[in-house]
Amino acid sequence: MHELGVTESIAGIVLRHAEMNGARRVIKVNIKLGELTGIVDHYVSFYWDLVTRDTIAQGAELNFTKVPVVAYCNKCREEFRIQEYDLTCPRCGELASDIISGREFMVESIEIE
Amino acid sequence: MDIQILEGVFDANERIARENEALFREHGVLAVNLMASPGAGKTSLVSRTLELLSGELSIGVIEGDIASSVDAEKIKSYGVPVVQINTGGACHLDAAMIREALGHLDLFSLDLLIIENVGNLVCPAEFNLGEGLRAMILSVAEGHDKPLKYPLMFSQSHVLLVNKIDLLGLSDFDTGELRETIRRMNPAMEIFEVSCRTGEGLQAWADWLKRRVRESGKEGNP
Repeated sequence: MHELGVTESIAGIVLRHAEMNGARRVIKVNIKLGELTGIVDHYVSFYWDLVTRDTIAQGAELNFTKVPVVAYCNKCREEFRIQEYDLTCPRCGELASDIISGREFMVESIEIE
Repeated sequence: MDIQILEGVFDANERIARENEALFREHGVLAVNLMASPGAGKTSLVSRTLELLSGELSIGVIEGDIASSVDAEKIKSYGVPVVQINTGGACHLDAAMIREALGHLDLFSLDLLIIENVGNLVCPAEFNLGEGLRAMILSVAEGHDKPLKYPLMFSQSHVLLVNKIDLLGLSDFDTGELRETIRRMNPAMEIFEVSCRTGEGLQAWADWLKRRVRESGKEGNP
């Protein structure tokens, strides 16, 4: 729902680093996106064209790496993928798990020329 | 040329949130981020909480809305300090907005700060404000399946108030099913069933909140 503001933040990060590195053009932006964030990559890409118009990042490709929601069972000491946000450990049935990934939202790298 | 960046999209907000958190801790104030969809009963809950606790605790309120000061006017009638934030279209409050609003409050004089977030079940959960307690409301009229449809807020909040329980007889809302979903999703979540209209269940919430305020005050002022 707040994809526009989020896209502006991404553009800010990308342009700052591109300029610091003397880029003429940004070709690609690699973004890590956790599934628990609720951010829809399709809309970020849609806003990207709008937000970067007339900048050196215009036309850059956005590449999203999705991070699944993973929990860690404190009893079994094992990691498992979460289905339907159910924290029950599939192995021991305990509810002693912590979510360890799925909330990531980060600009990992950019490709510039 | 490839450039490594590794910068979180919410990093700027997180930095300010941590500063807010430090301010609350220094002043021994428990800040509560109250979130819910529009019409779930956020302002009613704030009013009821003020009725029950303002005699014993010093409470301030930050009212977040996209526009208007309707809620702030209501809360002002309780004689507590209120700051209105109009986000001008943004669907959530962020840490910088809170930082600015804090300039209008005397934190030294407060025990509890209730921050009423913008009515929205999605975005407010993404933005840390530096609060010590994350509370959310789900009203009976919205249905018991909401945790499955909007998991982030339910998985991030410490306490859930199930409001409008006076409507239970008129709906298919299944409290048992809701509790089971929450148990699997966020086992540590505290749940209160309340009605801001009839007052049912609110004393238990107020007593619990008072305990949390006392605990955080002690941490802040050893």
